Amino acid sequence: MESLSRLPMFSRRDVLQTFAGLGLSFALPGMDLLAANKRGKERQKSFILLWLAGGPSQLETWDPHPGTKIGGPSKAIATKNPKLKISDLYPRMAEQIDTMSVIRSMVSKEGDHERGAYFLKTGFRPAPALVHPSVGAILTHELPVPGLEIPNHISLGNGPSPARGGYLGAKYDAFKVFDPGLNLQNLESGTDDKKRQKRRLSNLNVISSSFRLGRQLQVKRTLHQQTIDRARLMMSSEQLDALVIKEEPQKIRDAYGDSNFGRGCLVARRLVETGVRAIEVTLPGFDSHASNYGSHVESAKSLDPAFSALINDLKTRDLLDSTVVLCIGEFGRTPKINPLGGRDHWPSGFSCVVGGGGIKGGLVIGETDPTGKEIEPTDPIEVNQLYATIFKTMGVDITQETITPIGRPMKFCDGKPIERLLV
Amino acid sequence: MKPKLFALPLAVAAVVVALVTWAAQSPQMPTALPVAAGRTPTTEGADETVAKLNQTFAANWEAEGISPAQAADELQMLRRLSLSLHGTIPSLEEVRQFEADEDPDKIKRWTDRMLADTRFGDYFAERLARSFVGVEGGAFIIYRRDRFVDWLSDELNANRPYDELVRQMMTEEGLWTGKPATNFVTSTINENKVDENKLTARCVRAFLGQRIDCAQCHDHPFDVWTQKQFEGLAAHFGQTQFSAVGVENETREKNEETDKEEAVEYVVEDRETLEKRVVAPVVPFGEEWLPKSGSRRDRLAGWITHPENRRFERAIVCRVWGYMFGKSSSYLIGQPYEPDPPVDDLPPPGELSEPDMLDLLGADFREHGYDLKRLIQVITASRPFLLDSTHSADVDGADPTRVDQLIAQGAVFPLTRLRPEQVIGAMIQTGSIKTIDQNSHLVVRFLRFVSENNFVKEYGDLGEDELMEHPGTLPQALLRMNGDFGGNILTASPFTASGRIVSSAGSDEACLDACFLVGLSRRPTFDEKEQLLPLLKDTKDDARKHVVEDIYWSMFNSPEFSWNH
Repeated sequence: MESLSRLPMFSRRDVLQTFAGLGLSFALPGMDLLAANKRGKERQKSFILLWLAGGPSQLETWDPHPGTKIGGPSKAIATKNPKLKISDLYPRMAEQIDTMSVIRSMVSKEGDHERGAYFLKTGFRPAPALVHPSVGAILTHELPVPGLEIPNHISLGNGPSPARGGYLGAKYDAFKVFDPGLNLQNLESGTDDKKRQKRRLSNLNVISSSFRLGRQLQVKRTLHQQTIDRARLMMSSEQLDALVIKEEPQKIRDAYGDSNFGRGCLVARRLVETGVRAIEVTLPGFDSHASNYGSHVESAKSLDPAFSALINDLKTRDLLDSTVVLCIGEFGRTPKINPLGGRDHWPSGFSCVVGGGGIKGGLVIGETDPTGKEIEPTDPIEVNQLYATIFKTMGVDITQETITPIGRPMKFCDGKPIERLLV
Repeated sequence: MKPKLFALPLAVAAVVVALVTWAAQSPQMPTALPVAAGRTPTTEGADETVAKLNQTFAANWEAEGISPAQAADELQMLRRLSLSLHGTIPSLEEVRQFEADEDPDKIKRWTDRMLADTRFGDYFAERLARSFVGVEGGAFIIYRRDRFVDWLSDELNANRPYDELVRQMMTEEGLWTGKPATNFVTSTINENKVDENKLTARCVRAFLGQRIDCAQCHDHPFDVWTQKQFEGLAAHFGQTQFSAVGVENETREKNEETDKEEAVEYVVEDRETLEKRVVAPVVPFGEEWLPKSGSRRDRLAGWITHPENRRFERAIVCRVWGYMFGKSSSYLIGQPYEPDPPVDDLPPPGELSEPDMLDLLGADFREHGYDLKRLIQVITASRPFLLDSTHSADVDGADPTRVDQLIAQGAVFPLTRLRPEQVIGAMIQTGSIKTIDQNSHLVVRFLRFVSENNFVKEYGDLGEDELMEHPGTLPQALLRMNGDFGGNILTASPFTASGRIVSSAGSDEACLDACFLVGLSRRPTFDEKEQLLPLLKDTKDDARKHVVEDIYWSMFNSPEFSWNH
């Protein structure tokens, strides 16, 4: 068992020192090129979460029921998977989705955005006294990447609930890039003048030295200097190129689409190539309480090209076998269409797409009732089962317990893997 | 889209903050403080309480063979007070006034002055609100956190007795807009239902300083709390409902199946058997404190705030102590080997060895009208708060256990990371020579609000467990080093403090002094002068601006700027 807090003071200091040691790992040479170039089973696995914020409608994405009372204007189109028809808003996904599996029977008990997002990002319902880490945070905590100079957990795009480190600590929060591919946000120095940069750092040294007098150990423990050193190393790291897409051929950029989400997906692929473990890309705008269909038409314009290009690109580069891709939101939407033409929150019987990284493609799990009367889908899949499956294929042992800061032992996931999804 | 919206207000904020404060600098304009009219704390007996506190600390230091740190420098005290009471650092204007003040009891008088400034209520309300309603957005429309915080701020500025405040939060009926205290209840609403469990856990944590939350699902594994006790407390909220007219107490309602009026009971579903059972409202101890009449909520509020329920006073004095120091006190809580003991999981009354300082502070608080301002005056007048954060034992190769001991026993003022709001407040203040407060009014306050929220989003919020130790993070460092926000503030222009220092400070020494007083509330040391004065020597125009900007950058990124000391 690993302990995170509530230790006597001495061991806590040791933990801090270990963290400092981890900081030093940034001084190691960049990730082994050989490792980055590895493919197939040899390669380390990465995880990409495509987060559809607001709660996407299953009926206008992966589980259409055209021609029924609940179906709305959506039509269904055939895909390369003969068993699967999806909404006609996703013609390009129809060409790629056969390598992925679709679960149409996700069930949750949280119908509120904040609580639903918490549940779907962590695998645990909000609980008193404890904040659970998101799946990405657990992956980066359990599977560090030696030689990586950029963060190992990155959130691309601007969503209301970026992945958090929870009881693992803010260190495991996703590093947020709001405008992926467009600019480097705070990663670029405020001044281009090398002389001034040097002067700033040397001024900082003298000011910090005065502050350290009589506070040597206390200041050391703030890890302030290490954090600045890490930031500087990151600013000058060649791995930062992963966040820049201007070198990508126009054809590729066009395939992903010129949208925040499209650029995010392209950056996500580049981050995977660089060796980053967990990435989330957020597409907001799914909370369609009014004009549900119209808003899903708009969302599909970003999602269809970006998602399909990402799968295709990962396949072409032989990275799909080592990259788990999951596309999901906090819940689905009601079968019933309300008087405003909208659909409301629906936490039972919603859909997700998952595949890659050792997760079997081509499966279609569960069915929802085409009349909308039956609330429970057939073959219901719990959120923790989905994540247990992902942890298993990523190689994270979820049977071990971690002592949380309130002294309560917790497992990272309390579900059982869905064996039929594993290759 | 959003990301652009995100960057824009930061830039606009900095420019407008600078513009407005610059424009407001007419010499005719009096610099009267926006003072809150409210109850003035009584000073009766305060000195005795402080003396007892000091004796206890001193006796313990002697017993442990510890020599406490020196008294902190007065300017550093001003910075410390300003950060903990207003969430920002003193302006150059305030620093100059403070230095010119030669009357006795300076720190005490300036503490009173800061407590009388409405910025106190604004800042403290946000801090207390974290424990009362949390940081989450909650249910749309029916939960208005902003209204709640505004209400709390007004009440704190008026110095309303704390027990009254708590009773109002717990018992208020009506709409979340017109009766902002009801947001205490509506903050827990989930799927159109008041969450009795969340309310109970909140009340017990925030008002009684105990964590009973785990007992919601099972008997507490390493404490005395049982699930039965939790349910009995939660049953007091079993008749708390809300509708279009707001939060109300509903004792009878129509059963839709039988169409008969029935008493509203608190029903829980057993987690194992899924059986439903009615739970009656009971309290785990002190039944005699429970009022005989009133609604269930009224009775629980009366029980929690009963003068003999010592947990009530112990919880708040411990929390406020934590706010003033930036961390909880291991010594007060009686856990000398625990660096950050939680302020809401306190030892029960009577368990600590005497003299129990939670009781000492608690009794003083209760006996003088549950007066939060007086409590702060007592804490800030006590020896541990007045000590320096440097210590002769904390040198190169220092013994870590020795330093830990100094911190735990209150023999040195601890270094604590500033909260995001404090960092942004401090950064905004360094952009201006004048004090940014309610006199700078609406536009500035609004922009401060917008940029504060955006900044916090990037900087990362500490959530509710804010008194635990958190090392700084990489995004924070990057934001301070390269963010637009800091970049705009440090750019020397006619509207920023850095620009005004360049144009009007005069000599190199005066220029450097002004920079340090604005950013770090102190003058440069010998070594700093040695290194920085030559940079300014014989410079003018852009070259001089660049030197000042670079000094600003170095201050923003120093540990001294983002750690309270």
